[in-house]
Amino acid sequence: MGPQEKPRVAFFSFTCCEGCQLMVLSCEKELPDILKHIKIVNFREAMSEKSDDYDIAFVEGSISRRDEIKKLKKVRKQARVVVALGTCSSTGGLNCLKNRYPMEEVKEAVYGKRAALSYKPIDTIPARPIDAVVEVDYYLHGCPISKKEFLSFLTALLMGKKPDTVNHPVCVDCKMAGNICVFEKGGHCLGPVTRGGCDAICVTYGTWCWGCRGPVDNPNIDSHRETLERYGLTAEDVAKKFALYGECGGGRKC
Amino acid sequence: MKRDLNIKIREITRVEGHGNIVIDVKKGEIKDLKLEIIESPRFFEMMLRGRRYDEAQHIMARICGICAVSHTSASLRAIEDAMDIRISRQAALLRKLAFDGEMLQSHILHIFFLVLPDLAGVGSIVPLLASHPEMARTGLELKRLANEICETVGGRHIHPISLFPGGVVFTPKPADLKKLRGELEASFTGLEAALEFLVNAKLPDFSLEREFISLKSKGEYAFYSGEPVSSLGKEIDPGCFTEEIKEYVVEHSSAKHARSSKGTYMVGALARVNNNRRQLGPRAKGALRASGMKLPCYNPFMNNMAQLIECFHAAEEAIGLIDELLDLGPKTEPLAKPKGHGRGVGIVEAPRGTLYHEYEINKEGIIEGSVCIIPTAQNLRSIEDDLRAFVPMLLDRPKAEIARGVETLVRAYDPCISCSAHIMDVSFME
Repeated sequence: MGPQEKPRVAFFSFTCCEGCQLMVLSCEKELPDILKHIKIVNFREAMSEKSDDYDIAFVEGSISRRDEIKKLKKVRKQARVVVALGTCSSTGGLNCLKNRYPMEEVKEAVYGKRAALSYKPIDTIPARPIDAVVEVDYYLHGCPISKKEFLSFLTALLMGKKPDTVNHPVCVDCKMAGNICVFEKGGHCLGPVTRGGCDAICVTYGTWCWGCRGPVDNPNIDSHRETLERYGLTAEDVAKKFALYGECGGGRKC
Repeated sequence: MKRDLNIKIREITRVEGHGNIVIDVKKGEIKDLKLEIIESPRFFEMMLRGRRYDEAQHIMARICGICAVSHTSASLRAIEDAMDIRISRQAALLRKLAFDGEMLQSHILHIFFLVLPDLAGVGSIVPLLASHPEMARTGLELKRLANEICETVGGRHIHPISLFPGGVVFTPKPADLKKLRGELEASFTGLEAALEFLVNAKLPDFSLEREFISLKSKGEYAFYSGEPVSSLGKEIDPGCFTEEIKEYVVEHSSAKHARSSKGTYMVGALARVNNNRRQLGPRAKGALRASGMKLPCYNPFMNNMAQLIECFHAAEEAIGLIDELLDLGPKTEPLAKPKGHGRGVGIVEAPRGTLYHEYEINKEGIIEGSVCIIPTAQNLRSIEDDLRAFVPMLLDRPKAEIARGVETLVRAYDPCISCSAHIMDVSFME
């Protein structure tokens, strides 16, 4: 990339709902400005042009099929910077919930015995985050990503600054948002052990933290498990709550 | 023309999800034609098994980033049907408002980002910003408004938060609703401009008669609720939907295909406009007249026109809902509590068509089994039938043009391949 050229940016999508790419497309106000500073060369969902020459790759989705491993490695080889876009990509996400079952059972339950044996499109392996396959430079967390975080990340990257990764629990965001604590309202929340940066949007809009951004660095999981039990959950409930987004161990290789 | 032709389009662009088109013509005859769905299956049925009922809407929304509100709504209605939960009027109004927001958002995204570039002869909205700046900016502005509707009610469009079993757990401020109302009133100018563009664009003239299935509601144009009906004059008992609609596995697709008892059918905006045109709002009826669309219309390319007509309807319905909410004076309400358990069904009209969720919930409130039938899976057979009829009409054209034509046809359906390969089971755990 010469000094005058715009960085070439590509978006790739693996096993997911494509909501994080859509979050990028929903930067309606900012898109025309963003496009002045970068050249998007690959974004299958939104454009027909495709190019294999890019500097920055945003990768959404977890890896759950052998052919995806191959494709992802190709992306890593080409891109100078690989960014995990959203929970499925950064920690494995909901997709990992199926990992508790043997893959043959998973396939059979859905497609029937004969199909499970022979149909290629449904080949499936335990879902995993992309850093279980390739080196990742940056992570954007969240299911879906936060638009605000995406925009500030992109700005930092384009200015040559090292983008910040939030490393405080959701509780900090929740205080800033002026919310009443979920536990005070009789609910059960994963905010104390979950990485913030989401403005505690789920609590603001009436529910609890579901843990989608994965654990903050050095979370005190054991202590929080006790808290949840003290507030009335059974050990099994607690395990399920942690498992919703944590089946892959939250970013650890699996 | 007795021609040999071999087309393979890998990863069709400007659709949601991953699909290939394969066409093999020998001496002018189609030997092989398929829309391969290569999206990785996700096995939501396994994800849901054993989870608590009030997590289902959260998990199921994540089948799809485009129609998360639809999946959430179908999920909530299935949960509430199973557990005998009656939500308040305010909650129903708010959910419908979010639903209109999603309908608008999804259709606008499809028309402006995915279809208009075809009509303008460019590859995406990026060059469209240069070649048709006003149209591109109108699209961005309408999409922003649609997002804002969902955000005002649900916290965000992609994976809404406040829509919850028993009601809605966030109450929007009247001032925010009024602001939306003003912007909705102003949105018709942009929609009119898009209508004029689509009418002048002359969508391909191609027609293949088929059955249309959609919901129908007594009091309104069915989006959020209603009973399934067929254009062949048949009413379908919602509880027996899976008897009328059968899903089956095909080798080239990670999404199942579906057929009705009559065979191929289509769901989505074109099906709804065909089945329910009398219930469209006045502005949407005006748009229908201006579009020149003659009903019944069997041209799949007109699905895009039908989507635009529905944008008018969604905007006017949203204005009406806001007025009702403002009259009511939105206030914080407790959630309605579950009174039972068992099997429950929730059917909505997602932007791409009839979406069916069914859950079995035990007396501890744990989900034991689920079924989910997705609009795109229901349309796959119809798309392939269309391609089989459409390709022979193009055989005297250059290969690139044929490829563009078939891709445009597939895109007209606005397929949501992520959804279609969400993959759910039809058998319950014993």
